[in-house]
Amino acid sequence: MLNWPNLVSQFFNGLALGAVLALISSGLTIIYGTLGVLNLAHGAMFMLGGYAGYVVWAATGSFLLAVLGGSIFVGVVGLFIELVVIRRFYGRPPEDQILVTFGIGIVIVELVRLAFGSLSVTVPTPPILSGVMHLGFLFYPTYRIAVLVIAVLALGVLYIILYRTRLGLIVRAGIEDSGMVSILGINVYRVFLLVFGIGAMAAGFAGIIHAPVVAPTPDVGATILVETFVVVVIGGIGSFPGAVLGGLISGEILSLTSAIDPAYSEVMLFVVMTLVLMLRPEGLLGVRGRA
Amino acid sequence: MDHQESGQGGFSRRSVLAGGAGLLGGLLLPWVPGARAEEYAPIGTFPAGSSGSSVFVGIGVPRTGTYAAPGEDELRGMMLAIEHINGGNELIRKISPNTTKGVLGKEVKYGVADTQAKPNTAVQAQSRFISENKAVLITGSVSSAVAVALNKLAEREKVIYLPGISGSNDTTGKDCVRYSFRECFYAQTAAAALAPTLIKSLGKNKKVAYLVPDYTYGHTVHQSMMEYLKKGGWTTATSQVAPLGTADYSSYLLNIANSGADVFVNINFGNDAVQSVKQAKQFGILQKQTLVIAYASPFLAKEVGPELTAGVYTPTDFWWTLEDRYPLAKMFVAEFEKKYGYKPEWSANAGYMQLAMWAEAVERAKTFYPPAVIKAYEAGQKVDSTVGEVYFRAADHQLVRPVIVMRGKKPSEMKTSDDYWDVLEVLPGAPLMQAPDAFGCKLGSYT
Repeated sequence: MLNWPNLVSQFFNGLALGAVLALISSGLTIIYGTLGVLNLAHGAMFMLGGYAGYVVWAATGSFLLAVLGGSIFVGVVGLFIELVVIRRFYGRPPEDQILVTFGIGIVIVELVRLAFGSLSVTVPTPPILSGVMHLGFLFYPTYRIAVLVIAVLALGVLYIILYRTRLGLIVRAGIEDSGMVSILGINVYRVFLLVFGIGAMAAGFAGIIHAPVVAPTPDVGATILVETFVVVVIGGIGSFPGAVLGGLISGEILSLTSAIDPAYSEVMLFVVMTLVLMLRPEGLLGVRGRA
Repeated sequence: MDHQESGQGGFSRRSVLAGGAGLLGGLLLPWVPGARAEEYAPIGTFPAGSSGSSVFVGIGVPRTGTYAAPGEDELRGMMLAIEHINGGNELIRKISPNTTKGVLGKEVKYGVADTQAKPNTAVQAQSRFISENKAVLITGSVSSAVAVALNKLAEREKVIYLPGISGSNDTTGKDCVRYSFRECFYAQTAAAALAPTLIKSLGKNKKVAYLVPDYTYGHTVHQSMMEYLKKGGWTTATSQVAPLGTADYSSYLLNIANSGADVFVNINFGNDAVQSVKQAKQFGILQKQTLVIAYASPFLAKEVGPELTAGVYTPTDFWWTLEDRYPLAKMFVAEFEKKYGYKPEWSANAGYMQLAMWAEAVERAKTFYPPAVIKAYEAGQKVDSTVGEVYFRAADHQLVRPVIVMRGKKPSEMKTSDDYWDVLEVLPGAPLMQAPDAFGCKLGSYT
């Protein structure tokens, strides 16, 4: 519906959607940028975060513990996967890497389905954050506003890790030229392990934060994975600022198109992605060398 | 091996027609029970699929994705039916009195494929069941897009198809085929059953916001609901069309919240219904607009919780408390719960009933020859079911069956933990249905 209150609401909604997309995409893009591996199990990590959080919530009743437990669990799963599988694939062609991560994703999804069935599980909104907030003529679920704030904070933490720490320096150097980094005597494998863990953890964190909004099902990651790919393609694959920008742009496209006609919102997203691929194949903030 | 058998069948038939060699034909295939197969020309998987001691049924349901939960329930209903058919269970014999054990004495075997509710995947899987397993029957769907695609496959391959869940008017309307029969209720009967109750209880001249899944099911339910609600002066405030499998409905729900509607008619099904209802609550929509579920989605109340479905109107195919009205429903619910540990949803009932009615039709036809089975279906034979007496309409292959209108119970009204819905009305099917050709149904040829 094309009227000002709705347009403003949709713009705001675009920000909220975008922040979550940016958070999920940043994990994918950091892993790709550093390791050169396109992790198709990323959607499964997002889903796993939701379920791990659900288990912790069901046991303790605390949403805070659920967020902590969920993200740490997925981070550990990420470390395990890197050590056992991904490590053997660094020297292999991209097709092999894509297939093996895709396979890992399927295994994780089906294990979760085996354990929890196909019905969605419910992680309730924390009581203090439930309800609807009225901001002038705009109203919006309180929890979704909280998600926006949390996602922005988490992106801030990732920014500090990447741009203000020694690890971040190595990661960014690795994105530019991983061969040179290893010649300089830095143990690239340890860095790769950490990066994969952090990337997985970001997805798991987003998964549990998002669980009260979209109830987790074993297949929730599949939809997210597609949108995440669009985000990193628009923003520039391998670029952290690109993931943030791509996330916000994608969120706004989805939401603002909906104000006019929701049937076209996904179409518009792919139209923009196609335009970016045609006019700037490396993405808006992409790194030319690696991507 | 199968190919040789059907080749022999064809050869012997030609010799019969050549005249005077009938005896020879009998001698060539003396082991075919009843030797009745010899009377018919080979068609589809006949007679290859039914010449042994067992027959094969190809089952394709979504076991992953948005429709996985109703898909799994539907599958359980089918597996229970097959177990009952093979064992000659009492319930099956009430629906199909001629059944002893198996179908025409042959054991029913089956294979299961995950269709992911995608037409391509479903067609591939069922084609394999037809070519490799010589399936005499293919069955299963939760999405009408799949049902319509398999209708076409069934017509082309000359193998009978039973959809399962398919709510689109098109399935027995413009996309109807000679080789398919639908058990469940659909857009037209859902709207015709529900609209009068809504107008009576909520009043006239209401404004409606629709949330519509973007494929044949969503569009036809939307059309039918608008048509029937117009009779109460109800108008459309907005229609929000969303792709199947949407996870985040926020942008659609904002439009609905800002539309000024009084009633929110949600046409989503499966996990889409669960997500959109939960999110509508978060957006404060359920406090301002009355929620209506236009086509009952199995497990909805269980998944979103009875607090959100309390007072919600919805039409359905079956609800387990109908066991108080129908003896067969009581038997079905008891048998299902014994095997699977929970009360069956309507998806399970549809899966069970359509296989039971297939067994009934084949027993009456006394052969697996598809045109004869189709004619048995079309004879209008009244069959006892879990919702009373039902029969197939010959002109469009739609089952004439009651539609049940329910209202969600408040948590305080629930007698047991499964007691989510109050059955308000059981409406006879025939008056709810359109004329058989109103949606453009033209059945194809038998052969």
